[in-house]
Amino acid sequence: MNNQELIIEAGRAERHYWKDIWCYRELFYVLSWRDITVRYKQTVIGVAWALIRPVMTMIVFTVIFGRLAKLPTEGNAPYAIMVYAALLPWQFFASSLSESSNSLITNANLITKVYFPRLIIPASTVVTNLVDFFISFVILLLLMGYYQYPPTMRFLLLPAFLLIAFLTSFGVGLFLTSLNVKYRDFRYVVPFIIQFGFYVSPVGYSSSIIPEKYRLLYSLNPMVGVIDGFRWAILGGKSMIYLPGFLLSLSITIFFLIIGIGFFRKMEKSFADVI
Amino acid sequence: MSETVITAEGLGKSYVIGHQHKESYSTLRDVLTNLPKQLWSRLRNPQYHTHENIEEFWALKDVNFEIKQGDRIGIIGRNGAGKSTLLKILSRITEPTTGRVKINGRVASLLEVGTGFHPELTGRENIFLNGAILGMSRAEVKKKFDEIVDFAEVEKFLDTPVKRYSSGMYVRLAFAVAAHLEPEILVVDEVLAVGDVAFQKKCLEKMGEVAKGGRTVLFVSHNMAAVSALCPMCIYMSQGHVKELGKTNNIILQYLVDFKDTNDVHLSKRVDRRGSGKIRITGLQVLDAMTKKKLDMAISGQDVIFSVDYETFDSSFKKLSDVSVGIQIYTATGTFVTALNSRPSRLLFDELPTEGRIYCLVPRFPLMTGTHYVTLVMHSNNELMDLVEQASKIEVRTGDFYGTGIENVYGRQGVFFQQDWGIELDKLLRFNSRK
Repeated sequence: MNNQELIIEAGRAERHYWKDIWCYRELFYVLSWRDITVRYKQTVIGVAWALIRPVMTMIVFTVIFGRLAKLPTEGNAPYAIMVYAALLPWQFFASSLSESSNSLITNANLITKVYFPRLIIPASTVVTNLVDFFISFVILLLLMGYYQYPPTMRFLLLPAFLLIAFLTSFGVGLFLTSLNVKYRDFRYVVPFIIQFGFYVSPVGYSSSIIPEKYRLLYSLNPMVGVIDGFRWAILGGKSMIYLPGFLLSLSITIFFLIIGIGFFRKMEKSFADVI
Repeated sequence: MSETVITAEGLGKSYVIGHQHKESYSTLRDVLTNLPKQLWSRLRNPQYHTHENIEEFWALKDVNFEIKQGDRIGIIGRNGAGKSTLLKILSRITEPTTGRVKINGRVASLLEVGTGFHPELTGRENIFLNGAILGMSRAEVKKKFDEIVDFAEVEKFLDTPVKRYSSGMYVRLAFAVAAHLEPEILVVDEVLAVGDVAFQKKCLEKMGEVAKGGRTVLFVSHNMAAVSALCPMCIYMSQGHVKELGKTNNIILQYLVDFKDTNDVHLSKRVDRRGSGKIRITGLQVLDAMTKKKLDMAISGQDVIFSVDYETFDSSFKKLSDVSVGIQIYTATGTFVTALNSRPSRLLFDELPTEGRIYCLVPRFPLMTGTHYVTLVMHSNNELMDLVEQASKIEVRTGDFYGTGIENVYGRQGVFFQQDWGIELDKLLRFNSRK
């Protein structure tokens, strides 16, 4: 018999928060595993879907921006690889955002029936999208093989940038998730944010075409730092990172992460009542 | 002396009800459109509060109790008495507004069977998923896996997605996982109201077993028979308070006496109802079929008419279509006896006026004796319009059901059947077919 005493009162859950998350880590694994299994079971094309989307987008972008608009690539990298290096983190960010912002509502049956730290749900959604990321990553390797564009030592730093991409998706995702529970029509805003973000992030073009004086302003978008980082690591060679911008993007990411978690925790207590 | 495992002190939970929106969540649009309005009123009157159409509702208020280790406690009360809110607080789904609860030991709450089951996953996968959701570790589930599968009787379908399960299999599997939880404190909400009778019995036995293992059980139910079978002690909740805590038999009696009082409240004024409320049942009368007069007491064997009054509370309804009425009859201890329903008898009412009366004729009323309670249900177009539990009471006196002039004085609650007796089977059957 364990003599651990539990006290439930208003505001009490706050104090044990991080310990609770640790206690419920197994649920976190299981929920992620559920989302992953279901995702690849449900759709007929399953894994293929994670490949088709980025490949098609890459082809369209390469043709439109590279061939027709004749935008410059970074260094001597083929335009296709440059686009794909940005699409990887972008797709991950976009689907994490749209899925995690809906995650609490789709899991409403769990929230109203069982206790666990609610943070687990959006977190497991983001992790699920990580699997898609790795599947799409295989294409990048094939692409680099096809163009005979060998990676440099910088490639080894890719996990660090992936971590930043993860934290950005998670932070912004949490923020939108809590807003979505509170204001139910926020789900119409999320697709707009994603579409808008797509154009203000350097996905189809290189961020080097942004005039120098606007570069810092441009980097207020946290995905600019992430995408530049990915390109820097993947393309190697002449691809340069704009350091002040990168640091600004990074701090915006951290800002969103802190605000997102804080906001989420503040709203979390009332989720079961509101949902 | 066993130690106290749950202590509740001054527990309260309030919900804010806005009179303007029906939903508990708001929309951004509302917030944005209300903003200028609020600013304007605040400019004109700095003391202005926006709370004018917000009301606090205390689902629980000043709840105190102590539960000792190994106690099996039933929680009874009418709809809206705060039972579910109490369970939600105990299982940490929602936080109390005031007061505190001290709990010693691991709590597992079972507020629903099959929480988190995913239709696309197989039975095997769902066992692990549901186990984790209910708080079992993977190792625990693995250890109990065979037992769970045995209990649920679904060996053959373990690798079939549960969306292809029959509803019975689904419920069995879900309960099986829950039944193998081994917490020190088990909190159960009305989950036994599912599955067939044999399975319900199995569940009750399993719960009894769990309780005998020295675990503490909190059990919410409307089924008095189940509560009294399982729990020696009972908490009676009413309007957010603990009205009484004591021996189950006494409490159930008290509860039923209170029901008598509420039966004096006119059916149309009862607030403890479910359904959309677009149509409401406003009255029930039991009439004698011969004289068409209201009966205070029905007599077995008499032709009886149930007359159900309804009214429409949604002005958009001009004519009511596809209406069905159900009359469920329970004994005083809450055991289900039978249900009269116009739907299975393929009678749906169409083109009904927005206010009126529907009759149900029961030839040779077959109940034996005693007090019975009636739950009334009304559907329209497959939507639940109104449901009032224990809407009314019917007193039954034993009468001459068989028309032989001999009254059957059983003095027990039950049902009369048509019967014929004989020593030659063929003759008996021939006689029957002639009738």
